[in-house]
Amino acid sequence: MDFKDYYKTLGVSSDASADEIKKAFRKAARKYHPDINTGADAEAKFKDVNEAYEVLKDPERRAAYDQLGQEPPQAQGRYQPPPGWDSGYEFSSGGAEHDEAFSDFFETLFRRGAGPTRGMGAGTGQGSDVHGRIEITIEDAYRGAERKLSIRSPVVSPNGGVTMQDRTIAVRVPKGIAEGQHIRLAGKGSPGLGGGKAGDLFLEVAFAAHPVYRPEGKNLHMDLPITPWEAALGGHIIMPTPDGKVDLRIPKNARTGQKMRLKGKGLPGTPAGDIIATLKIVNPKVETDEARALFEKMAKEMPFDPRANLGGTKR
Amino acid sequence: MKVATLQSDIVEALSLPDLCRFCQADETWVIELVEHGVLEPIGSKSGNWKFVGTSIVRAKKARRLNRDLGINTAGVALVLDLLEERDALLRRLAQNEIH
Repeated sequence: MDFKDYYKTLGVSSDASADEIKKAFRKAARKYHPDINTGADAEAKFKDVNEAYEVLKDPERRAAYDQLGQEPPQAQGRYQPPPGWDSGYEFSSGGAEHDEAFSDFFETLFRRGAGPTRGMGAGTGQGSDVHGRIEITIEDAYRGAERKLSIRSPVVSPNGGVTMQDRTIAVRVPKGIAEGQHIRLAGKGSPGLGGGKAGDLFLEVAFAAHPVYRPEGKNLHMDLPITPWEAALGGHIIMPTPDGKVDLRIPKNARTGQKMRLKGKGLPGTPAGDIIATLKIVNPKVETDEARALFEKMAKEMPFDPRANLGGTKR
Repeated sequence: MKVATLQSDIVEALSLPDLCRFCQADETWVIELVEHGVLEPIGSKSGNWKFVGTSIVRAKKARRLNRDLGINTAGVALVLDLLEERDALLRRLAQNEIH
């Protein structure tokens, strides 16, 4: 377990006032909110910031945390809280309004022997839903896939306390799912209490970045490189798609930036999405005398001034 | 431990009570989002509303922004519009930057 410097996380000094802490938290929460900040580490940062605030906003917890000292003891590099560190402090554990667990440091110090959290009162009741995220590839979405997923969620133990439990679940990713859609696994959320029904598990689907395709709903956008002669003469080309090779007709005198719609070749479904290919004319590197001769012939015999419309004076 | 593969389905459409449960929000809040045009349910009255596709995603985002940052409904509506505009611009930028 690593020591967490909550003051450093929020960028405040250890004698910061409650107002300063609140202000720093709000600013950081806006900056790192995963719905706003698309950076790869924003989600982790946001979680850290929330964890820090969860401790520092509560005077009792903050006092107990301060008692631990600012610097971790260096022994073995692993942090162990001194025995009796929290004696004399009373704080209600849990309370975070988030589904997922905080760091081991937080869970050990502040959620140990926790009482029932909100919404998980004693008696009979339906288990709460659990929300998570799953990252899949575009190819998975075309074919459907199976993924193993580790889920960590709070579970009420027989004595009424809350412990974090890891579960591994095999998830079938349905064919044709689009980014942002949710997969529901009925009855795989938190277990119900006293014979109550278990909640559901909802997984929000995110696509891993793809070198070729940019998804937008059920459609996939891509750049399609073509040669200058394919562009000029038109004709059929064979292009790969996640669904297999397709034959595509390039119109005569095609331009860079022209969009071709491959109907029904996007993510499967009813209706299926399209692939929208933006043409990009790519010149070959001229390395042989023959190739150079061909271009020289074009230069000599084709009157073409692509700069005719730039305006300005000719001289 | 053997892990059985679970049957799973895509969440295609949610009724008003289902969406409330899904977002852990109450009906008043969802109705307010509809009134601000953030969510566009199919159906004439709240009793037979069906929320599909982007409305589900937007509702969840709206709930997170509201819960985590304390943004009210009008603010959430504005943030979501601006985020969509930004994402569209980022997509166009990515398209022009390649190669």
